[in-house]
Amino acid sequence: MEYNIIVVGGGHAGCEAALACARMGQKTLLITGNISNIADMPCNPSIGGPAKGIVVREIDALGGEMAKTTDKSLLQLKMLNTKKGSAVQALRAQADKVVYPREMLKTLKNQENLEIKENLVGELLTKENRIIGVKLEDGIEIKSQVVILTTGTYLKAMILVGSNKHSNGPHGEKASNYLSDSLRNLGFKLLRLKTGTPPRIAKNSIDFNKTKLETGDNQYYAFSFDKHYYYDKDNQIPCHLIYTTEKTHEIIKNNLEQSSMYGGYVEGVGPRYCPSIEDKIVRFSDKERHQLFLEPESIYYDDMYLQGFSTSMPYEVQEQMVHSLPGLENAVIKKYAYAIEYDAIDPRQLKQSLETKLIENLYTAGQINGSSGYEEAACQGLIAGINASLKLQGKEPLILKRNEAYIGVLIDDLVTKGIKDPYRLLTSRAEYRLLLRNDNADLRLREYGYQIGLVSLNIYQNFLKKKESITALISLLKKTKITPTLSTNDYLQSIGTTALKESITLYELVKRPEVTMMQLSHFIDLSSYEEEVRQQVEIESKYEGYIKKALREAEKMLHLEKVKIPIDLDYDMVPNIASEARQKLNEIHPATLGQASRISGVNPADITILNIYLKKRGCSHDK
Amino acid sequence: MNDTIVAISTALGVGAISIIRVSGNEAVEKVNQIFRGKNLNSVLSHTIHYGHIIDDQGNDVDEVLVSVMKAPKTFTCEDVVEINCHGGIAATQKVLECVFNVGVRLAEPGEFSKRAFLNGRIDLTQAEAIIDIINGKNELALKGAMQQLNGELFAFIRTLRDKISNLLVAIQVNIDYPEYEDIEVVTKNQVLESVNEIKNKLIELIQQSKNVKMIKDGIDVLIIGRPNVGKSSILNKLLQEEKAIVTDIAGTTRDVVEGKMQIDGIQLNILDTAGIRKTEDIVENIGVNKAKSLISPADLILCVLDGTKNLEEDDKDILNLTKGKNSIIVINKTDLPLQLDLSLLDNRKYIFVNTIENNGLDLLKQEIKMMFNVDKIIGKDYNYFSNARQLSLAKSAFDALNDVETALSNDIPLDIVELEIKKVWDTLGEITGDVYTDELIDKLFSQFCLGK
Repeated sequence: MEYNIIVVGGGHAGCEAALACARMGQKTLLITGNISNIADMPCNPSIGGPAKGIVVREIDALGGEMAKTTDKSLLQLKMLNTKKGSAVQALRAQADKVVYPREMLKTLKNQENLEIKENLVGELLTKENRIIGVKLEDGIEIKSQVVILTTGTYLKAMILVGSNKHSNGPHGEKASNYLSDSLRNLGFKLLRLKTGTPPRIAKNSIDFNKTKLETGDNQYYAFSFDKHYYYDKDNQIPCHLIYTTEKTHEIIKNNLEQSSMYGGYVEGVGPRYCPSIEDKIVRFSDKERHQLFLEPESIYYDDMYLQGFSTSMPYEVQEQMVHSLPGLENAVIKKYAYAIEYDAIDPRQLKQSLETKLIENLYTAGQINGSSGYEEAACQGLIAGINASLKLQGKEPLILKRNEAYIGVLIDDLVTKGIKDPYRLLTSRAEYRLLLRNDNADLRLREYGYQIGLVSLNIYQNFLKKKESITALISLLKKTKITPTLSTNDYLQSIGTTALKESITLYELVKRPEVTMMQLSHFIDLSSYEEEVRQQVEIESKYEGYIKKALREAEKMLHLEKVKIPIDLDYDMVPNIASEARQKLNEIHPATLGQASRISGVNPADITILNIYLKKRGCSHDK
Repeated sequence: MNDTIVAISTALGVGAISIIRVSGNEAVEKVNQIFRGKNLNSVLSHTIHYGHIIDDQGNDVDEVLVSVMKAPKTFTCEDVVEINCHGGIAATQKVLECVFNVGVRLAEPGEFSKRAFLNGRIDLTQAEAIIDIINGKNELALKGAMQQLNGELFAFIRTLRDKISNLLVAIQVNIDYPEYEDIEVVTKNQVLESVNEIKNKLIELIQQSKNVKMIKDGIDVLIIGRPNVGKSSILNKLLQEEKAIVTDIAGTTRDVVEGKMQIDGIQLNILDTAGIRKTEDIVENIGVNKAKSLISPADLILCVLDGTKNLEEDDKDILNLTKGKNSIIVINKTDLPLQLDLSLLDNRKYIFVNTIENNGLDLLKQEIKMMFNVDKIIGKDYNYFSNARQLSLAKSAFDALNDVETALSNDIPLDIVELEIKKVWDTLGEITGDVYTDELIDKLFSQFCLGK
């Protein structure tokens, strides 16, 4: 049996990769260790959040699956940062851990061109630094032109609880013990990373009177631009807020040496943004309490996820710790917390297309690249799938720029800067976040999705209509003038804004911070414009000056981005570059001068010299 | 980039010794070819050797000391040889020619510093300070420039940037972790407070830079007054030399006379002018108009009045012209009875002098020192922007801070305000060369004079 593309691993990256490939017409095989664990959510029952939620929207705009599947599995949904500007608003969902994988599996099974096989891959088959297939742990070889590795935390996975360390993937699944050796043999530099998950508590053993209720928003939202609302906003499942107590801290301090981390049993580097509870107590010792959330995992079973309480303490200490929390005095732990160590590859060994530089037609995506989070994994899977398919079609890869998508920021950061700890996307990583909003992901990326072939003509035409409608509304507002008549000024004062002295356009009026788009319906009929069209115009007019500034800044960055650097450039031949920069450049081989400028240790002077050198060499320098 | 370059690195024609600097891969080898003394190819790095420079005929050209400094611990991070030869145009030129003759090319303006910069030896502010050392007109300026070489300005800018980054991080945490109720939420007032603090520091730095500009270029002092009130006498007493022609015929000084003096290391450029009066004399009129035109660019104006007479129309004109300017009224001829009605001076600062008996001149100097904070400048750290590029960036940072304030008062959400704050951070980074722009570096190096 021969395939165009083999995807190894059925997590969030693998699902998106496999679907993208199959939908782009590639005969695709998805190999997973356990079909019933496809699209599993082994950690948080939550999808979205600042930056990450916007990534889910971007996945949808490009024709990926995560947004649609999340919409089908909502327990609760809210828009975050509503009191701040529209640029940082993002959706965060509690997703049902049973429904999400079930819906995703359904989609995979119904997908043409896609087969699923349950097995473990033990080795990559290559010929002259080019992938030719995989060898399963049972010895069977399967040929393919492309392999996409989306193995998550399974490579040489070790579960850690206290001093106990055993080889296992999440959920007690079998770890993949041979593939990382195969990667190492091919010359890849591997990293050892660590992450962890908190205990799960039986819902009926919790006294919720001692917790604070955290509900969803009283308004319908959807991740997907399809806008299907599968949930009942009046019947969302709440989360609950509690805080650690003095006693909790005492227990942890007294037992610190028993944790895997402080007992010295951990080799991997854990994520800074998501420290274990023992880490928080040691590092922020002046803090009297830490915030924890009890989050529902599913309507099909009654485990509550204790967010913020990840730990690698032994079971008996975990019991004491949990029972010291308000409302959890008699709690029953359904699953104990654990830390997990796994192998990842140094992502600087990747091109921006997510193809490895060492082995042609080998792509990697998700946690294997040192990222963390379902959303970060899914978007990489999508991009790897798209670029693998484009390559087989003989086309240029899709490389999203930092001013186009959070996905672009994420991938550029990974392949350019590398990682020290598992990488989480944050809004502060994006220089142009005013351009990368939740509301305009389709305006940024739909076109690409359609060109690639992941967005249907029908959806694309609807999108074009939306764009036209936005243009029409802007021009209507710009040409409609209101004059300082008595009735106009009465109305303006009644909505809390200053009266007019001379006539202005509605566009100027809606720029006022206190005036909303809907209040303009006093002057014009807005009913023919959809809510998201009105919202778009409102944002664009209100923040016009700032958006224009951001565009100008992006323009400056793109200038350097346009200077391409040959991938095989020998930096030893470039005179006068500082030695640290030379070493980094030889290691990373950036694709553009822009990428080179973002490598740490490469300073402006090095970029100047490199630029001069490239000009002398007569390399492509499009202006 | 690696070829060997040479230039005279001391001012031509001044001083007893000239230094000719050679830099590049072949610096040692090339100089050795024209040097009679030790074999320079085998000497240790950072050593000085006595010998002679010889021409292609083997004749002595000059008796010299040669310093050999090998990469990377040199100014350019390349091999550097410095030839200390006898000063004077002719001798220096001859040695330079010998270096040319062995195939070393003349450096382009600023090429040494450019190499130093490109080789990571100095940051942008340091590079700019080198221009200042070259241009430094007096000791104080030189001291300022030297301290900047040590990166004091850099350090100060960095403390400002640290403050800003703290603010940025605090806001970013609020954005990325909105669910966390026990993280402190940054308020508009907090931002305003920090912005104000940074603004004040920046203003102080900008103001100080302007003062320092005066230290470097000198304070332009204009002496102005009706004819024959004793302007030239005051100039002469200040300069203690007979620079201006002093007569008692009104209108003797027809052109602007310049003299330089130092008060505690600060240079005063004193301009004496033609007496201002309505005149029919064409030549004298040119002088009068010139004097008037000098009022506005001057840093300080000394308005000289004759104490033995009450204010005349011409005096009133002068007082009007100099209103609101940095000025001191100097009332001359106090050896004779005072006829001047002091109440007509609008409470402006005045000092009595008597050029004949040498009274009051020290008081005048004292007053000038106070006006320009000379003591403060001398005693202070030399944190300042040393050139137009830095100053204009500092001003853009200041403008950006104003944008932050405007945004806050317009109820723009904090996350957008944060982007504006980021701009301040970036702009300050540009001063120290942390932010990359092509044009910046090209512009910088075109400002360098030959040899450094």
